[in-house]
Order: sequence, then structure tokens, then C-alpha cells
Amino acid sequence: MNLTLRVWRQAGPKAPGKMVEYKATEISPEASFLEMMDVVNDELTLKGEEPIAFDHDCREGICGSCSMMIDGHAHGPNQGTATCQLHMRSFEDGATIFVEPWRVRAFPVVKDLCVDRSAFDRIIAAGGFITAATGGAQDANNVLVPKVASDLAMDSAACIGCGACAAACPNGSASLFTAAKITHLAQLPQGQPERYRRVVEMVAQHDAEGFGGCTLHGECQLACPKEISIDTISRMNRDYMVAAAMSQEEKVGGGTG
Amino acid sequence: MELRSRVPDGPIEEKWDSHRFDMKLVNPANKRKYTVIVVGSGLAGGAGAATLAELGYNVKCFCFQDSPRRAHSIAAQGGINAAKNYQNDGDSVQRLFYDTVKGGDFRSREANVYRLAQISVNIIDQCVAQGVPFAREYGGLLANRSFGGAQVSRTFYARGQTGQQLLLGAYQALERQIGKGMVTMYPRTEMLDVVVIDGVARGIVTRNLITGAIESHAADAVVLGTGGYGNVFYLSTNAKGSNATAIWRAYKRGAAFANPCFTQIHPTCIPKSGDYQSKLTLMSESLRNDGRVWVPLAKGDKRKPDTIPEAERDYYLERMYPSYGNLAPRDIASRAAKRVCDEGRGVGPTGLGVYLDFAAAIARVGEDAIRERYGNLFVMYQRITDENPYRVPMRIYPAVHYTMGGLWVDYNLMSTIPGLHVLGEANFSDHGANRLGASALMQGLADGYFIISNTIADYLAAKKLSAVDTTHAAFKEAESRVSEMTKKLLATKGSRTVDSFHRELGNIMWEYCGMARNEAGLKTALEKIPKLREEFWREVNVPGSADTLNQALEKAGRVADFFELAELMCRDALERKESCGGHFREEYQTADGEALRDDEHYAYVSAWEYAGDKATPVLNKEPLEFEYVHLAQRSYK
Ligand SMILES: Cc1cc2nc3c(=O)[nH]c(=O)nc-3n(C[C@H](O)[C@H](O)[C@H](O)COP(=O)(O)OP(=O)(O)OC[C@H]3O[C@@H](n4cnc5c(N)ncnc54)[C@H](O)[C@@H]3O)c2cc1C
Ligand code: FES
Repeated sequence: MNLTLRVWRQAGPKAPGKMVEYKATEISPEASFLEMMDVVNDELTLKGEEPIAFDHDCREGICGSCSMMIDGHAHGPNQGTATCQLHMRSFEDGATIFVEPWRVRAFPVVKDLCVDRSAFDRIIAAGGFITAATGGAQDANNVLVPKVASDLAMDSAACIGCGACAAACPNGSASLFTAAKITHLAQLPQGQPERYRRVVEMVAQHDAEGFGGCTLHGECQLACPKEISIDTISRMNRDYMVAAAMSQEEKVGGGTG
Repeated sequence: MELRSRVPDGPIEEKWDSHRFDMKLVNPANKRKYTVIVVGSGLAGGAGAATLAELGYNVKCFCFQDSPRRAHSIAAQGGINAAKNYQNDGDSVQRLFYDTVKGGDFRSREANVYRLAQISVNIIDQCVAQGVPFAREYGGLLANRSFGGAQVSRTFYARGQTGQQLLLGAYQALERQIGKGMVTMYPRTEMLDVVVIDGVARGIVTRNLITGAIESHAADAVVLGTGGYGNVFYLSTNAKGSNATAIWRAYKRGAAFANPCFTQIHPTCIPKSGDYQSKLTLMSESLRNDGRVWVPLAKGDKRKPDTIPEAERDYYLERMYPSYGNLAPRDIASRAAKRVCDEGRGVGPTGLGVYLDFAAAIARVGEDAIRERYGNLFVMYQRITDENPYRVPMRIYPAVHYTMGGLWVDYNLMSTIPGLHVLGEANFSDHGANRLGASALMQGLADGYFIISNTIADYLAAKKLSAVDTTHAAFKEAESRVSEMTKKLLATKGSRTVDSFHRELGNIMWEYCGMARNEAGLKTALEKIPKLREEFWREVNVPGSADTLNQALEKAGRVADFFELAELMCRDALERKESCGGHFREEYQTADGEALRDDEHYAYVSAWEYAGDKATPVLNKEPLEFEYVHLAQRSYK
């Protein structure tokens, strides 16, 4: 296959960026999108030009490193597929393909197609965990977990933290990411003690990072390589309302005590 | 070099308990006075960093990815073993211990393996407490599946994403400590040297992968959990960034490298399809619970699989190993696949493939049940091959997957450099010459959650460390060594890319130090590798500069280390004149083609000691004794 690429090049966080055209020639339709990029980069190197920087590691759709906007779609045209799992057979021979980084205020560009997603780590640090210091756990089968709850937890826990949801959202909201973790932990008995505190802290951090609010466009679930459902956002919102009501009760209780 | 394994005295069941009692403690108020560097945020490093911080140590944690959650452990699929005996099928600590020693073909240290089996049960408890969504039965109890090399069901799993869920558990615990200020996290930072002062590890030198800054970090102890080195072969199931740099540079500072030639070739991976290929994808061993492996009986049979009648198929694992069948251990299943393909019975366009067929299982339990067990793996397969494994059998072939070798460690997980501890796949400790499926996750978490947290206190409390900071001459020397190497790589501007060298090195290793090895081949490799390495330093083209994100530069440094490590692997394979586990020397096999060990001469750990760039490394030996599991030829028939 022969393709024309138009790729976002940006030397560093503060440098101006622009789209630059490259040719990708004699690419096998069996090659993955990133392997196609490797071929282009090898040619650039031998021509004495700087290769295109992009994040990747596992190349099998699980680490969440890869992150390309391809023809305006987060992770490209195929549903439920991360960039690294996309194969060239999904494109027409002779096509022109636009490749850009995630465009989200809270994910500043580091270089070319690499962005800084540390905001996601901070959202988890704010409350995306169950406090269970090593060593104190009881026997794992002492607490029964209904299979439906555990399956639902797993559906949301499948999030790979790639950021496609935020990149696809017209508001630049990372609600799907945040809600996926909240839903995972809220389904499990072990997640109950911190359930309402968690949702408040995580949502506050999400907002503080500069992500936008959710207005239920639904673009996020279409872009999500793990097909996490937007229902998780409704669950998060419900927990958030309960948390708000509870915190008032707590204050009232505190006042009279 | 003296190799003191520090295995405690006493009966094997009591060693770890009594050792914990005998070890020194650091009192809670003093812990925060100690700084511990943890390099790596995978299961081993991530669990270790979180636990050390929970205990009160001041932790600095490093990883080269943009987030600790992306460590390569995330990709583990099939499951984690534990001797819970929830299935009441005869499992016990004793049996997990026995299976692991036997599975490793009697080349591991008994005391370590026993401890691993004991701790395995705590790991599951810990992970469930953290919210890891393991698979469950309708009644709410945990579910299990079987893995190779065992006749009990002791593998816990979270669909085909067990590594992801375990790592997220460790990552969340780590983030909690980061949020509390107990861990300082350094993502996109690569460790490029260990700093040894007065004979003990006192820090590391790193490169900030975004700004290129070379920086020093001082500490009271250094812990490496930097993963395996399977990428020496270029094509492997490891993530693209997995590398040997941290352990290799530690080796060059005095840490012995144990059993470098013990590599695991996994039997079930998606076959290679072209030269552009950048990695191989694993299809989890758990698939062999329901998938049947076969090739046509006749050579060169190119018919479509569904048109080949039952009578003309050879379910060779079931035929050769009736008691374990499709769940024969990895080394054995891989060699069997190679053998049938070498006979000309391989399938697919290249002839390097065998079928993994789910038709019988789908007929038995239905497509939905199979989807529930392996759905994401089937999707992954379909994405790559464009074939639907619910309809046509998967095609699979062995690929490099795991490295049992690694830095030598004692019972406390300390290397031969005092103060430098090594966890997870980066050490050599528990798997001997062949790792059983679902045991790497177990080992990484045992090392990280339960062992290092105890043993590091013993080191810190017993040692009087002088105060050092990063202005010390040893840090300056290491920094300039690192900068020099970077400069040299960037200055060469030759005619070949880093990847082209890495691919060529990989081909040499696969050909001569892969699934089958022999003296002549290894000697050839030992001639070819240094030549190619010389060419690398003369002809490599690393574009760009040192003061920015430069992925080619990162790769170049890693490949430079792979060249040196590859040579040591071949040397080790040449020296070990026996076959054991994943190390198959064609000269040493039984009449029916199984590995032939030589316990009289080779029941030891090879621990290689660096002797300078121009000198041949020195081989030290730690003898292995088997008191509890009797040395026997491994049989899975
Ligand atoms: C595809 C696949 C599937 C697998 N499935 C299973 C399974 O089902 N069950 C099982 O038990 N095992 C499985 N394994 C094996 C298992 O996943 C690994 O052995 C294990 O996860 C390794 O964990 P680790 O913590 O030692 O290293 P890793 O998870 O590889 O982590 C290494 C860490 O070190 C960091 N690092 C490395 N070098 C440097 C450096 N120089 N500077 C800074 N940081 C550095 C990395 O950033 C990373 O954080 C699988 C392996 C693969 C490849
Ligand atoms: S590279 Fe890991 S998800 Fe794409």
C-alpha cells in the first residue's frame, strides 16, 4: 500500500506545531498502524531527519500508551480498538491519513504525538483506591461477591487509561475515565467504606485538572478501546448526589453533637 | 566472588517464619529517616514501593513509561497461582512447591520456592482486599482455572487481563502513597547506572526522558524491579520498551548475573507474518484449558483445517504426554511444536504454525461460555490475523516470552552488591530453568508485597551507612560515564538504524541461542555478535539531540546493552553442557528427544561476574541441593 500521511510535528511543549506531509510506501496491509509509523521513522532517520515521537509500549491494546487521533477519531476508525491494534487493511490504498495527538487542555503536548497524561494519575491518587495496607487482609473467600457485581466491576476495571475518552469529548471531559474507576470499586463490598468519599475526591481532582464537564454527548464510549459504557457516568453521578446529601447530614450531625 | 545464599537453617516449612523472627527491625519512627530507591513500577517494583511507603520509608520510584500503571506487567493475561486449595482437588503449599521445583527442572533454590508457595495464599487475600475483580462462581466464591505443569486448578484470573488487574491494584496502592507524599514518583525517567560507594549501593543516575537531564539520586538502599530481558531477541511477547539496561549496568558495577541463558519460549503465540513485524503477541496458556493442539498427520497437507478429518489429525501433545495432554509445560510444548514443524507438518503460509482448536470445547460448553473465559484474547487474535477463532482454529507458534535468568540474589533478594536488591523477573530466583505458567505474577507480588518489606529492614538496621549525597565523586563519575555514552551514540551518525541492528542481533540469538542450541551454533554466535556490535558502534544512526525526548536514543542505549548481554547468554549456554528446562542442548537429549540433565556436573546456579570490557567474565557457582524434592527426570507422560 502507498499512503500519504499528514502528521502533527511539535518540537516541545512550548514550541509551535504544524502538520507535515510524509509518504508511506510499500506498506503491507497486514502491518499494524504503529509498524507503518516505524517504517516512516526509519526512512526519516536515514534521511537525517528527526523521527516522529509517539507513545507506545505493549502494542497489544492493554498498556494504554498509544494515543493517536487518526482522521479525527481517537485511535482511528475501528471501534473497540487501540491505535496499536489497528491494521493497515482498515485503510484504502492511496489514502491520505491525518495523525494528531490528543487535543485536551489537561493533556499538554510533550512532543509530536506524545502528551502528558499525568492528570490521570493524580485523579487516581485523589481516591481511586481501596485503603488496604499490605498484610492485614482476611481470607479471600470470607467475603462473597455476587458474580454479576464482580463482572460489572471487571467491565469498568478494564479501562486502560489511554485518554481517548477525553480526546473524543467535545468538552474535553475525562468523566468516563473517572467513572470507570468509581464504578469498579463501588461494585465490590471491599469498596464500600470509602465509596462516597472516593467519588467526591476524584471528581474534585478531575475538575481541578482542567477537564471539562460531561454533557452526555456519548463520544467517549464510541472512542473507548475497551468499550466502557457511558452508564458508568450515570452511576458516578448518582453516587456523587448521595455523597452530597450525606455530607450535609454529617455536618448537621456534627453540629448537634 | 563469594556467593552466600543466606538460606536460614531449620526445616523448610519453618525457614521463612524463623528468619522473620531473627531479622532485625527498623522502629517505626526511624523508617522515615531512610530513603529507598525503587526502580520499576511493575508488579514487583510497584508492590514493593507501595508497601515500603506504607511501612513509613521514604520512597523514590522510577519508571520509563509516562505512568507507573503502564509497566509491562499490565500485559499478563492468564492468571496467578496460589496454593489455596479452594477447589479441594488436592492442592497444598507442598504441592505448589513440588510442581515449581520440578517444573523448573531442578535448577532453582528449594528454600526460595517453598517460601513463594507459602506466600502465594496471602497474595490472593491482599489483592481481593484491594478490589482486584477476580473471576467468581455464581455463589460468589473465587473461580480457578488450570495452567500448564500442574494437575490441580490453582490459577486465579480476571478474564484474560489478570496482569492488568493485579497491576492496577498495586498501582492504586502506590498512587495512594504518592498522594500522601510518601512516594515521589519519577515517570519517563530511565535509570542508567547504579552508584556504589564503599562497596554498597548508594544511589542511581537517571536520564529524564523529556528534558534529557542526567540526574543523580542518593539513597540508603536501591531496589530494582525492572523486568526481564526477552527483547534481546528483538521479537518477543514483551512490550517494546522492556529492556536489560538497569540490571546490565548493575552487573557492570559488580552484581553477579545468574543463569543468563535460561530463556522461556512460550508455545502459544501468534506466528510472525512479515519482516516489518515489531513484536509477537501471546495467546495465553490458559487457552490450552479448552483448546486442543494439532497438526495434520501428513507432511505438507495444505487443506483447510475443517476439511481435514479427525483420523488425519495428530493431536501430538495428547499423544506424547497423555497425563498432562495439552497442558504440558511450556518448554516441552514448544519443543514439540518445533519438532512437528521441522517435520514439515506445520500449518499456515510459512509452515511455522500449529492449530489451537476450540471446536470441541465450543460444541461441549457453547460459544458463550468460551467467550466469557477468553473473550478478549479471541478479539485480540482477530484484530491481528483477521480470522475468527470461534470458526477456524487459531494458528500459533512458539515465541520468546520470559527470562528465568537475571541478577543473582540471596534469600533476602539482595544481589552481590550489598544494598542492591532485585525483585520480580529481573532476578533469577524461583523458576530454575523453566517457569510454570501463572507463576511470574505470583513471584513479582511475593517479592514486592511480602519479602522485600521484611528483608530490607534487616539490611538497613544492621548496616551503619555514612551520610552521602549526590556531590560525591562516585555520582559524578557515573554521570559522566552516562553522558559520554549518550554523546558517542549521537555522534556516530552512521548508515543504519538502531532497529536494523536490533533485528539482526535478534535473528542471531533466535537461530543459535533459541529453542535448540548446540556447541557449533553457540560458537558461531559468539563470533557474530562481537562483529555486529563493532559495526553498531561504527554505523549506527541515532538522530536528534540529547536534550529532548529522543526515542531513538533511548532504544540505542538499550540495544547497546543487549549486544553485551547476548554474548553472555551464549557463553552461559555453551558452558552448560546439559539440557534442562528451556535450555535445550541438542547434544544432550534422551532417546525420545527429551531434555537430559546432568545433575552430577551441573546442579548449580551459574553466577557470572563482570571482569572488565576486554576480559572474559568469571563464572562462579552456587551449588544446588535438593533435600525435599528428589532429583528425577521430569516426566509429563
Ligand atoms: C504477554 C505476556 C503475558 C504474560 N502472562 C502472564 C500470566 O498470565 N501469568 C504470569 O504469572 N506471568 C505472565 N507473564 C509474565 C509476567 O507478566 C512478568 O514476568 C511480570 O509481570 C514481570 O513483572 P516485573 O514487575 O518484574 O517487571 P515489569 O512489569 O516488566 O516492570 C518493569 C518496570 O521497570 C521499569 N524499568 C525498566 N527498566 C528501567 C530503567 N532502566 N529505568 C527506569 N525504569 C525501568 C519499567 O518502567 C517498569 O515499570 C506474561 C508476560 C507477557 C509478556
Ligand atoms: S501500545 Fe499499549 S495499548 Fe497501544
